[in-house]
Amino acid sequence: MSAPVHPGLNLGPVHGTAHDQAEIAVFGFWVFIMSDVITFGMVFATYATMRHALAGGPGPADLFDLTSVALQTTLLLTSSLTFGFASLAMKHRPDRSRLVVWLILTALLGLGFLGLELHDFADMAAQGATPQRSGWLSSFYALVGLHGLHVTAGLIWIGVMLWQVQAVGLTNAVKTRILRLGLYWHFLDIIWIGIFSTVFLGGVA
Amino acid sequence: MNEQTREATTQIAGYVLAAVLTATAFIAVVSGRLSSEAALITVGVAGIVQLLVHLRCFLHIDLSRQKREDLQLILFSALLLTIMIGGTVWIMGNLADHMQ
Repeated sequence: MSAPVHPGLNLGPVHGTAHDQAEIAVFGFWVFIMSDVITFGMVFATYATMRHALAGGPGPADLFDLTSVALQTTLLLTSSLTFGFASLAMKHRPDRSRLVVWLILTALLGLGFLGLELHDFADMAAQGATPQRSGWLSSFYALVGLHGLHVTAGLIWIGVMLWQVQAVGLTNAVKTRILRLGLYWHFLDIIWIGIFSTVFLGGVA
Repeated sequence: MNEQTREATTQIAGYVLAAVLTATAFIAVVSGRLSSEAALITVGVAGIVQLLVHLRCFLHIDLSRQKREDLQLILFSALLLTIMIGGTVWIMGNLADHMQ
């Protein structure tokens, strides 16, 4: 039995060199993800130190809409599953159509997440909870906004890959890019676990 | 069961587990039946278990030799995070206590 490889790597034993290069590229991308984790970690630490710096302004219990947060969580988690299916379609299907459909579905779920998040931001701002209101709100918008920016970057990346799949085809280079995009997308979902646990649920509990 | 079915099953299992853990965390807080402390502990434990589920089912990190380098990288980053976040919260919390 051959050793399992990253899903989506459909380079096979006849492409030994291409496979090795893909492994190196994927490991390099893991190094990037872990450095990004450190960035998020420090913004989390800032948030933790600012947690009670309300300056007489509104706090988590006044502002957070947990129904909307639960909906955002569902959208992002489901988009992780659809990306998983996109990886499987890329690995096991010779045609591109399924891969493209799963990628588009992932992007739509990501867009829905971002739309709800921006709607919540606008709602909070309308209640006077803008970033400059208190130290807590500054760190809140920095942390949740940083994650939102990452999702935006991921959506742009999905768009670029959809274009490359059509224009270039499923070459080894395009496949390993989609593989790294998958790591990035799943990683964003893991960061979101930290955000809804500590910021939203931790703030209201 | 062929490879594709097995991999799809892993994805779906991960999704169901993650959904159950997320729901547990939300219900612990929203239901209002648990004390604040008990709710926080439930959210924390569910979050850490969900992190492991995502790493295993979506990012395919396991204890096999092929994933050893990725795993070591993740564990070392986790160590750095613990030192930096823990140290920040400790020092800044201590400072806040003394400023009162």
